[in-house]
Amino acid sequence: MPDRADLRAPWPAEDTEDHPPTGDELPSAESPETGEAAPAASGPFWLADRVRPDFPVLGRTVGDWPLTYLDSANTAQKPTPVVRAIAQHYLQHNANVARAMHLLGAEATEAFEGGRAKVAGFVGGRTEEIVFTKNASEALNLCAHTLGQHLRLGPGDEVVTTIMEHHSNIVPWQLLCQRTGATLRWFDVTDDGRLDLDRADAEGLVNERTKIVTATWVSNVLGTVNPIAALAARAHAVGAVLVADASQAVPQLPTDVHALGADLVAFTGHKLLGPTGIGVLWGRYDLLEQLPPFLGGGEMIEIVEMEGSTYAAPPARFEAGTPPIAQAVGLGVAVDYLSGLGMANVAAHEHAITTHALERLTAIEGLRILGPTQPVDRGGAVSFTLATRDGLEVHPHDVMQFLDARGIAVRGGHHCARPLHKRFRVASSTRASFYLYTTPAEIDRLADALIYTRDFFGGKL
Amino acid sequence: MSVEAMYQEIILDHYKAKHHAGLRDPYEAEVTHVNPSCGDEILLRVHLEGDRIADVSYDAIGCSISQASTSVMTDLVIGKTVGEALTVYDAFHALMHSRGEAEPDEDVLEDGVAFVGVAKFPARVKCALLGWEAWKDATARALGSAGEPSQTKEARHDH
Repeated sequence: MPDRADLRAPWPAEDTEDHPPTGDELPSAESPETGEAAPAASGPFWLADRVRPDFPVLGRTVGDWPLTYLDSANTAQKPTPVVRAIAQHYLQHNANVARAMHLLGAEATEAFEGGRAKVAGFVGGRTEEIVFTKNASEALNLCAHTLGQHLRLGPGDEVVTTIMEHHSNIVPWQLLCQRTGATLRWFDVTDDGRLDLDRADAEGLVNERTKIVTATWVSNVLGTVNPIAALAARAHAVGAVLVADASQAVPQLPTDVHALGADLVAFTGHKLLGPTGIGVLWGRYDLLEQLPPFLGGGEMIEIVEMEGSTYAAPPARFEAGTPPIAQAVGLGVAVDYLSGLGMANVAAHEHAITTHALERLTAIEGLRILGPTQPVDRGGAVSFTLATRDGLEVHPHDVMQFLDARGIAVRGGHHCARPLHKRFRVASSTRASFYLYTTPAEIDRLADALIYTRDFFGGKL
Repeated sequence: MSVEAMYQEIILDHYKAKHHAGLRDPYEAEVTHVNPSCGDEILLRVHLEGDRIADVSYDAIGCSISQASTSVMTDLVIGKTVGEALTVYDAFHALMHSRGEAEPDEDVLEDGVAFVGVAKFPARVKCALLGWEAWKDATARALGSAGEPSQTKEARHDH
């Protein structure tokens, strides 16, 4: 919980108006599976009602319609405590970190490193295992560059990704393979949107030539939750490194990087209620220690001579230049906010709202969901195509336009996952995605608007 | 403007039955244009007879706005000289950048006037221009290759 006293900075807590619920007011975060977490009177969606006052933007209207924000897999909205912490940092404590020795420099450094500690705690890692980047894409590029060098990747070596990845977990590996002569291979998916592990095992996809295996933990299109631990076991059995893209997962699932089994885990701040401009790479410290620098510059060095330099220990080795300071402060408050609510409760809400969405959307004639249609091992992003009763596909841009006119924000396109769309023989899809503030009424507005759109294009209106 | 008014009957009619769709021979230039944000793609061929646009054929996937606009474009440019067609292109381009304030000339743009509402939605302007830009690019290439035997050229054009 964004308890201001927990900012761990030597200044007085700011005013506490509009403070979010404290942990004391919340039901237990410990046992949501039993149903005991939610107060009986509040129903399964109590969390959304509880947190919505902290998200002023959700109170906006679009024309005569309430804003219905169903694009959280793209970026999450920010609660007041996060925005306030960032403002407070800039207004009262701004200085550069780790080099300014004055009071403000000390405060800023403490706040920045405090953000790192909070993020480490949030995912079950050590503070020195958290590398701040500008986004998840940069974190994945960092992995590709440094692993390629560390593993001396070359012709004959193989890197394995999956066809359900975001472009940011495909292109860095393509570039790595182009630079080194290694071969890029990938897991296919089944028609219901699961990784096709059986086929991969039968074909020996992960084998003694494999040096790196990478996969998204939760698909940004299909919503599929992938068995990262099982993939890590396959990778480790052949001595390969497992890199997980957790951008969609960390915001909605309780995360313990050790239980996950991956060696490197990338995610981003802005999908996690935090600000844009900050990404995170968690890495096993003994691996991080062996990796070479990624970008060169200030703060990543130990001793610089004109003839050559030595480098700082992780995480500083990977953080050249002035880091995202206020962003780290904001992200620290964001993960405290989520921890205060309980990530088990956040996950339970995501499951409940996804279940409701799947029920409403699968009931719409002409709507085809890409990915699992049952809320099992499935996150809160639902992508679909929509056709009129005479078989005319309504293009996602057109769907999006009609939904936007009713204040409903969804994403239409290939969601940076063109190969996956090609696999499902569509060029693009419409995606609705949910978060802790999403209400069933919003899902119902989405379903009604989709039926209206379908019938408009079907000439039924 | 309401979204229903933006999607005029003329646009939906063209979307459901695209004019001059499909790829045909002969042609002097062929281009591929894409809209990388949504994945819309068009493969378009231009066939010139002297200075006259004898045919425009295409294979495209995309939203109703991009598909209907391409269909309307083929109606407007086929049979015209390159100079006449570029005048129409300029008129349509100006209309799409008018933010919906223009009074389009129906004598010049014919069914193209239906897109005036689209110009009020900046995010959709490039949808409406996808086919037009592909045509302009292909025509320039066809003119560049005038006198040479029929050949395939491809260009990736990211907006």
